[in-house]
Amino acid sequence: MSMAQQAEPAAVTPPPAPGPKETDGRTARRPLALRLLARPEVGVFLGAVAVLVFFLFAAPPVRDGSSMANILYQSSTIGIMALPVALLMIGGEFDLSAGVAVVTSALTASMLSYQLTMNVWVGVIVALVVSLAVGMFNGWMLVKTGLPSFLVTLGTFLILQGVNLAVTKLVTGNVATDDISDMDGFDQAKALFASSFDVGGVQVKITVVWWLVFAALATWVLLRTKYGNWIFAVGGNKESARAVGVPVTFTKISLFMLVGFGAWFVGMHNLFSFNTVQSGEGVGQELIYIAAAVIGGCLLTGGYGSAIGPVFGAFMFGMVQQGIVYAGWNPDWFKAFLGVMLLGAVLINLWVQRTATRR
Amino acid sequence: MTDNTTGTHGAVTQDTAPDGDRPLVELRAAGKSYGNIRALHGVDLTVHPGKVTCVLGDNGAGKSTLIKIISGLHRHTEGEFLVDGEPVRFSTPREALDKGIATVYQDLAVVPLMPVWRNFFLGSEMTKGPWPLRRLDIDRMKRTADEELRNMGIVLDDLEQPIGTLSGGQRQCVAIARAVYFGARVLILDEPTAALGVKQSGVVLKYIAMARDRGLGVIFITHNPHHAYMVGDHFSVLRLGTMELSADRSEVNLEELTNHMAGGAELAALKHELAQVRGVDTEGLPEEGDLQAPAAATPEGKS
Repeated sequence: MSMAQQAEPAAVTPPPAPGPKETDGRTARRPLALRLLARPEVGVFLGAVAVLVFFLFAAPPVRDGSSMANILYQSSTIGIMALPVALLMIGGEFDLSAGVAVVTSALTASMLSYQLTMNVWVGVIVALVVSLAVGMFNGWMLVKTGLPSFLVTLGTFLILQGVNLAVTKLVTGNVATDDISDMDGFDQAKALFASSFDVGGVQVKITVVWWLVFAALATWVLLRTKYGNWIFAVGGNKESARAVGVPVTFTKISLFMLVGFGAWFVGMHNLFSFNTVQSGEGVGQELIYIAAAVIGGCLLTGGYGSAIGPVFGAFMFGMVQQGIVYAGWNPDWFKAFLGVMLLGAVLINLWVQRTATRR
Repeated sequence: MTDNTTGTHGAVTQDTAPDGDRPLVELRAAGKSYGNIRALHGVDLTVHPGKVTCVLGDNGAGKSTLIKIISGLHRHTEGEFLVDGEPVRFSTPREALDKGIATVYQDLAVVPLMPVWRNFFLGSEMTKGPWPLRRLDIDRMKRTADEELRNMGIVLDDLEQPIGTLSGGQRQCVAIARAVYFGARVLILDEPTAALGVKQSGVVLKYIAMARDRGLGVIFITHNPHHAYMVGDHFSVLRLGTMELSADRSEVNLEELTNHMAGGAELAALKHELAQVRGVDTEGLPEEGDLQAPAAATPEGKS
């Protein structure tokens, strides 16, 4: 309303006539550029381009094809997890246990197969069940108790962190699992989770493909299906969603289980590319995923965001992580750089959205 | 009603079918107790198609309890509750919805950041295609939402705009249009004008009248007698959980309604109290039994 007054003070605005008329007349059509900028993923896209251009100049090795493949690989391991974390965030919750859940999944598959001398696929399947169960537990606790997801998943985070270390030491007598590379089914599983393929003489990791496939799938689900509609609704206003018949409990629990699925996938990748698992890893990764989702334009409080944004968010992370190495700088600067980038991206997002959606 | 949803836009008079006179919803001496607290007692209420039944009452008069019984959130503990002449006991709002009783609550049940058309169909989305590829039928939903809103006289340029950017009155109207589209025969509006400005209240009242003209029975809950009198066909005033007044439009005028609503006796007592306070002009306030209460003297009139 106020916009209409500011934008066209001289225009004669007839009193709202009763009955249908063609247009409302109060909402001026925005220019295309502004409408584009209002999309959640556009700000982060520009940010990702800026970081890419910066390192193309600052670190000449980045211009090489194999370096780019490496950067994309680095981004994909973050990006595959950032996707379900972003969906969960749009659904109004976040999951602090996502980082250690990756390790839990890998440990389960590795130790089960090795200790019982079974085909690795048995371990892989059991790990999937365990990961989904952890997600389900998170979601179930959340909807049953009504506690904030921060508390529930902080609890799960601590539990999993402790269990990872303690059980691994108990079973293997070591903080790492045994090498499973000579076990039945290993090659098959490696082909699925951790192989590479050749593109014009450059080795590209298969996770990059999975990352983009998952991102396309997530985008489609989010924008074109009932379930996607429900995700936005439960994150935007849970009570309203319930009142119009959206299955809120199902949506929330399934979102946590989706994070479980992501943790399983990344866990399997780690297992089959390194053959062993360090039980103390994963701590702190959850914040990287959340940061990638936030940089990707997802609203921390839920109800707003996209699946493509976190793809660019994860790319920015991978780019900086590897770019610093290629530029020959001290890698210790990575975290500081990330922090600056996070704040910068959030501020740019905020500014872009305010400019584009100003009323 | 379902065959009326399209094409009756603009119809002023309802054809009085043989059962047109039978009330859609009827309460007979209904009441509700929460433990030993009697929130509502001996309430009679009828809702006819194409009529607006106004329920007025101050805070705590039992309006919310009444809505909750009709919308299926609570069960009545005494008296009878009939829908289409048959006694019912709803245990969930879903059952009430299935009978065509839709409630537009004060918070409207919309998700502010979602586009108008997504809000319109939220929870009842239209889809197309076989299962693995089953997807939202976006074109059809947008077209239908636009049509339905236009039928209610709401014209929006851009259905993609978040519903939170609409004005309170417009949002209220979208919620009403949604209830009408999804087959409501009885529309319960819980204080739809409470948080709105004068103009926006007018817009909402217009859509209440439109819903009525489309043949819906409307229960309009409010504590503003002026708004009620503009669209109401029947007025029920609740006080302290019982029916203080139940009258057709022909039997009551606005002043009487206002005074019943304000509680003439209590207001006179209040006047004496106010008279003790220096600087309060009590000249214009009504005497006990005086039915010429000026509107501004009611607590509601000031808001």
